[in-house]
Amino acid sequence: MAGTLYKKPILFAIVVTLAILAGTIVMMVLPMFSESMHPKLANLKPYTALQLAGRDVYQEDGCFYCHTQTVRPLKAEVMRYGEYSKAGEFAYDQPFLWGSKRTGPDLARVGGKYTDKWHYKHFNDPRKIFTGSNMPSYGWLADHSLDPKDAEARMLALGFPYTKEEIASLADKTKLDALVAYMQTLGSAVPKKPKQPMIAKGDKNPLIGNTTALAEGKKIFEMNCAACHGVDAKGDIGPDLTDKEWVYIQSPIGDDTVFTIIADGTKKDQEFENRKAKGGMPSWGEFFGKKRIWSLVTYIRSLEEK
Amino acid sequence: MSEATVYEWKPVKGFALSGLFWGAVSILIGLYISIQMWMPELNFPPYLTYGRLRAVHVNGLAFGFAVAEIFALTYYIVQRLTKQTLVFPKLAMAQLYIFNVAIVAAAVSLLMGYTQSKEYAELEWPLDIGVVILWVMFAVNVFATIIKRKVEQMYISLWYIIATVIAVAVLYIVNNLAIPVSLFKSYSLFAGVNDANVEWWYGHNAVGFVFTTPILAMFYYFLPKATGLPIYSHRLSIVAFWSLVFMYLWTGAHHLVYTPLPDWIQTVGIALTMFMIAPSWGSVVNGYYTMGGNWDKMNTNYLTKFFILGITFYGLQTIQGPTQGLRVVSQLIHFTDWVPGHVHMGTMGWVAMTVGASMYYTITKIYKTEIYSIKLANVHFWLVLIGQLIFSISMWILGIQQGAMWKAITPEDGSLTYTFMESVINNYPYWKMRTFGGALFVVGMVVFAYNIIMTVVKAGKSTETDGTPAVATGGK
Repeated sequence: MAGTLYKKPILFAIVVTLAILAGTIVMMVLPMFSESMHPKLANLKPYTALQLAGRDVYQEDGCFYCHTQTVRPLKAEVMRYGEYSKAGEFAYDQPFLWGSKRTGPDLARVGGKYTDKWHYKHFNDPRKIFTGSNMPSYGWLADHSLDPKDAEARMLALGFPYTKEEIASLADKTKLDALVAYMQTLGSAVPKKPKQPMIAKGDKNPLIGNTTALAEGKKIFEMNCAACHGVDAKGDIGPDLTDKEWVYIQSPIGDDTVFTIIADGTKKDQEFENRKAKGGMPSWGEFFGKKRIWSLVTYIRSLEEK
Repeated sequence: MSEATVYEWKPVKGFALSGLFWGAVSILIGLYISIQMWMPELNFPPYLTYGRLRAVHVNGLAFGFAVAEIFALTYYIVQRLTKQTLVFPKLAMAQLYIFNVAIVAAAVSLLMGYTQSKEYAELEWPLDIGVVILWVMFAVNVFATIIKRKVEQMYISLWYIIATVIAVAVLYIVNNLAIPVSLFKSYSLFAGVNDANVEWWYGHNAVGFVFTTPILAMFYYFLPKATGLPIYSHRLSIVAFWSLVFMYLWTGAHHLVYTPLPDWIQTVGIALTMFMIAPSWGSVVNGYYTMGGNWDKMNTNYLTKFFILGITFYGLQTIQGPTQGLRVVSQLIHFTDWVPGHVHMGTMGWVAMTVGASMYYTITKIYKTEIYSIKLANVHFWLVLIGQLIFSISMWILGIQQGAMWKAITPEDGSLTYTFMESVINNYPYWKMRTFGGALFVVGMVVFAYNIIMTVVKAGKSTETDGTPAVATGGK
């Protein structure tokens, strides 16, 4: 009986088709019609024309081959990148760009982590920021200007809202501007959770004067901080850390405040001992932990002009 | 044996040699991008950057090499197993020319940055239409020839070929549905989580129905042909076939473990992935038992070792793959270099070995000659084997290290032990080792191509029958 199947190619093809459709329907077609596949976070906004142009560059140049955009709900991963990814963040992503490989770090929470200036410097020459990086340079994107007409067609195709002025303003933007704008929007729909303070106000540096800590602090500085503050800590993207005007104001600053700035980073206009931050300092608390941050504080303080 | 059947070998030759050419170009690009990984100065924007070349490498090998050889060897197998000449030979030749034009257009468009940026489905919509047309041309010829067959019973290989033709069509059309903006740009019809689910339903099964089922069709046909030994169990091949074809489509979600995809889809995907070990190993066991007491053929018949090592890597691949799907393993190795190590065991081990041996067999048959050099075929075998092992094993070691560094926590204060950059610096020696393994593999494939071409040249010198359809000699 069953043997005849292998003598009837049409019947055989029909049975094969049914076998293939079973899994297809249950796993792919039916979920498509369920609510759970189309969630949208309350403060998720469609991309602006500039951000969309940046996303297109991200596609064009295959950034997704080396960078993921999904933070998994795993302890170390949330510490490293931030809040894990939510289904409702991706409603405007056609296609999704979650990626499958982390040759470079995940980018789902990179929006707002660094300043625009940092991104331009990094795209121009990634090794100026991270000496060991193998990322290609993308400064050349600045030589390619955007085409407003094309951008408008793309916004229309996706049904995203835009204004005429917004489209017109693209004329003097480059692909690099667009890519930076896209970077800065990544993860913006998910509110950043306030951090638990790692130390209490007024805590003293337990490692002050400790030479091992000084050496470790120097190593950490050179590997992670020098890119923005300069190898000599005299400032570049970030402020000078050696002058008397310690971070924009001429007065002593507590070790506990320096610790907090390193651990939590800064937001624009955030206040630290009557200083208004300019923002753009990323948070390093999860990476370094207490001991290494205190070592870093020890090193930084040793650089101050006496 | 129908001595009088006149077979149509021109499309077989055309696709076999086209695939050889595109394969050579694409593995050289693979070697180049493996160097870019540890020498970023070798990125020359805009066209020759890693982000664009990787797409050319993958698409070149999947479409330019694998699909071309699938067309070639399917047209060979189908004609032989049906004892029926190809029903529409002109259509097949038109398909050959369109195929080569499409591959050129695909390579150029990917270098230009025209991509849908879905893995294995990068080609933009006009090329997608081209791919569908090519596939329909293929399907028409395959089905027409099978329907007009002169042998009542369809052999195992034909089952796998029919499944390939149907599944690829369904997968490709659905996943590539897009909203065109211009000739060179489109946006996926699907969004976000749903798009991810469609893509990996496609992506996993593109592997299943391009790198698995048609290669199994070759294995089931050419292993018995090369060794003269019949397949061990017909019943086992029936069970393996139906369970494989049924289960493959359920498993794509194992690519999305721990993502925002609904948990039940992930879990069902993982569970069915575990079941996939059974049908895969059905074919592996069938292959081993076919050798029965004739393992001396590994020594005496130069093709046997390709098929047996090929099916061995298929067996390892189909144990490793499901294991990777498990949450406890995925959390460690997902997103690391382990995964390219896994993929390349399948492609460089299973696919390249099986296709290589099938090509040796087919070319000598249709040109009615002997292989140019068995010695070179053996050199080819060892280079490809050792190159692939160095590649895969170094990537597996690296992947575990990366995963461990990413999740390492310093016990004293609960902070992350390594920054991302520290993990990158750890990669370089392994990436260089991969390039070394890859280089051995490339040399092996060049030896293979040389051997095939010299076989064809030698045949051309001894007989001037090329261009006229060959007459089957019936069996061996």
